Amino acid sequence: MTMSTTPESLSAKQKELEKKMTEERSQSHTAPASLASVAQTKVSRPAGAKRLGTGLEARGVHAWFGKNHVLSDISVDFASGTVTALIGPSGCGKSTFIRTLNRMHEFIPTAAMAGEVLLDGKDIYAPGTDVTKIRLKVGMVFQKPNPFPSMTIGENVLAGLRLAQLKSTNKDDLVEECLIRAGLWNEVKDRLDEHGGALSGGQQQRLCIARSLAVSPHVLLMDEPCSALDPGSTLRIEETISELAESMTIIIVTHNMQQAARVSDYTAFFLSDGGPGEMVEYGKTSEIFSNPKDKRTENYVTGRFG
Amino acid sequence: MICSSSVHPFATPDCDSCPKMRLMPAPQALADAPNLPKPRVITTEPRLSDKVFRAVVTAGGLSSLVILGLIAVFLAYQGFEILVTEGLDFFTSSKWEVITDEYGDVVSYEFGLAAMLVGTMLCALVAVFVAIPVSVASALFLSFYVRGKLKAILIGSVDLMAAFPSILFGFWGFFVLMPRAEYWAMLINKYLGWIPLFAVDERVFTRSPFLAGLVLAVMIIPITTSVAREVFDQTPLDRVQAAYALGATKWAMIKAVALPYGRGGVVGGAMLGLGRAMGETVAVYTVLNIVYDINWQILFGAGGNIASLILLKFGEARPLEVQALMAAGLALFLLTLLVNFIADFIVKKSGKKGR
Ligand SMILES: Nc1ncnc2c1ncn2[C@@H]1O[C@H](COP(=O)(O)OP(=O)(O)OP(=O)(O)O)[C@@H](O)[C@H]1O
Ligand SMILES: [Mg+2]
Repeated sequence: MTMSTTPESLSAKQKELEKKMTEERSQSHTAPASLASVAQTKVSRPAGAKRLGTGLEARGVHAWFGKNHVLSDISVDFASGTVTALIGPSGCGKSTFIRTLNRMHEFIPTAAMAGEVLLDGKDIYAPGTDVTKIRLKVGMVFQKPNPFPSMTIGENVLAGLRLAQLKSTNKDDLVEECLIRAGLWNEVKDRLDEHGGALSGGQQQRLCIARSLAVSPHVLLMDEPCSALDPGSTLRIEETISELAESMTIIIVTHNMQQAARVSDYTAFFLSDGGPGEMVEYGKTSEIFSNPKDKRTENYVTGRFG
Repeated sequence: MICSSSVHPFATPDCDSCPKMRLMPAPQALADAPNLPKPRVITTEPRLSDKVFRAVVTAGGLSSLVILGLIAVFLAYQGFEILVTEGLDFFTSSKWEVITDEYGDVVSYEFGLAAMLVGTMLCALVAVFVAIPVSVASALFLSFYVRGKLKAILIGSVDLMAAFPSILFGFWGFFVLMPRAEYWAMLINKYLGWIPLFAVDERVFTRSPFLAGLVLAVMIIPITTSVAREVFDQTPLDRVQAAYALGATKWAMIKAVALPYGRGGVVGGAMLGLGRAMGETVAVYTVLNIVYDINWQILFGAGGNIASLILLKFGEARPLEVQALMAAGLALFLLTLLVNFIADFIVKKSGKKGR
């Protein structure tokens, strides 16, 4: 794993981004209708950056809990180097969907699914697939920060290596690199031996992001990663997402329209009206927020329902 | 008491303008600050039903403590004379005899508990060391590897085993386990005999502390399993999922998440088992050869056990010996209490880290 930026240039870049984002935020506070403009003014990602994998594709994914059909025929192609936001009202199946993407869905005893999920062209549900290898490539950050409290901060970052029994040549460098990429290094560099639970909620979440980065996943799934965080930590994580997207595929569930507009390149709108959740509309984030094709999408993104 | 409100600095307790509940004067430092209000004393007035319930619960809670205290006092009172006359010898010597003349009057006596104390600890430790791995393995199996009906059936049978009468364990140990365990003991002695713990002076392997420990282990496995399983079942799901999402195998997840989380429960369960093993009477009495000599060799067919001693001697004991047995009971009581305190300490220390 190599770093594309050094710490110094990173912090300079961070400041710049921070300024930009606060400006955007103050704009959006005064005029909520500027979502579309937020979506359009986003920095475009440099092409040709070193990409991990070729993305993830869901083909005709259905999901059930027992007899309850909760997700119907979802097909999306998540290209490498892009951020896709999943939005939609509560209970429409966003979490269920992203959990089918790294085979966490099957941990619920009654859960079932149909369809295919292709990681770098191969179906992750194909018989004989090693699930643990899939989950190494498709990392996940949960809504609630969940560091391992019995491990130190440093050990938490390396937990993935230990759990998957991977070897690492230089652990200290890896810890530093992952923490820098997760935007946590400066806050914890002197206390790597403290326990993971001794951090604030926002710091814990960034630690969890660092932890999932350590195994260099190709895809990162984030299920409302900022829903329990303050605006400052949220901002940090959004910056992190933008940086990570240069090299990997990111799929983020969020209830925050501002956030979806700020961080994502593509947006998928999910909805369930009584029946199973469906994907109503999918497209470029700028399109979804400025010029949605479906009336229901428009109502949702403008805050008229949901 | 003087009312300390600023309105009525010198008012009497029945001053009407002062709030009734303000009984404690505010700390001087705070009262000195010019514009700060005094901290209020916050009280709640429980309802009658609440008070009644509270009284009932308190009585229930205290009664077990009172009964425990009374038992201790009774044992101490009864055994006092022996404890005084024997002094420290009661714990350091191993002789247990009463010599009477032809009329049945006591000529001389000597009561020492050392062999029994050592034996009790040995049997209990063997039991715990055998029981812990088995219990942890079965608890992990029940928590993480079986689901649904089978899980319910297995849990039910483990709980049933915990309620089994101990004489049945004794019978089983005597008739079924003993012949086999004797052979195991020989094997252990043959290959590990160079470790002092497994050495024997004479090749007598029947009715050894090792065997009694095995029977006790079988007895305490259900309870330790049940305590450990309950803790493992509470392993926070988000941590389990975090481990799996990082590409952990089940075993890796258990090592990184479940075991650190459940450590306190495992230790607690083991200590509960240890307590039970030390106090167990009938099963040990059935399989252990009680000898009034300190024996540290767990494979050798001679051991001691306070509870079994009491059972053995109580039937035909004369008043004096009964007193000695009471003192022995007190020693067992204190030993169990001590183990429980240590257990509590360990659980508190080791429990926090993984949570
Ligand atoms: N473990 C479960 N067992 C049974 N049904 C479930 C389970 N988890 C979710 N469901 C059902 O599946 C549907 C989709 O749930 P899901 O959690 O995917 O929604 P969501 O879009 O993530 O909602 P939110 O925005 O509130 O997180 C809901 O109707 C929910 O009731
Ligand atoms: Mg959700």
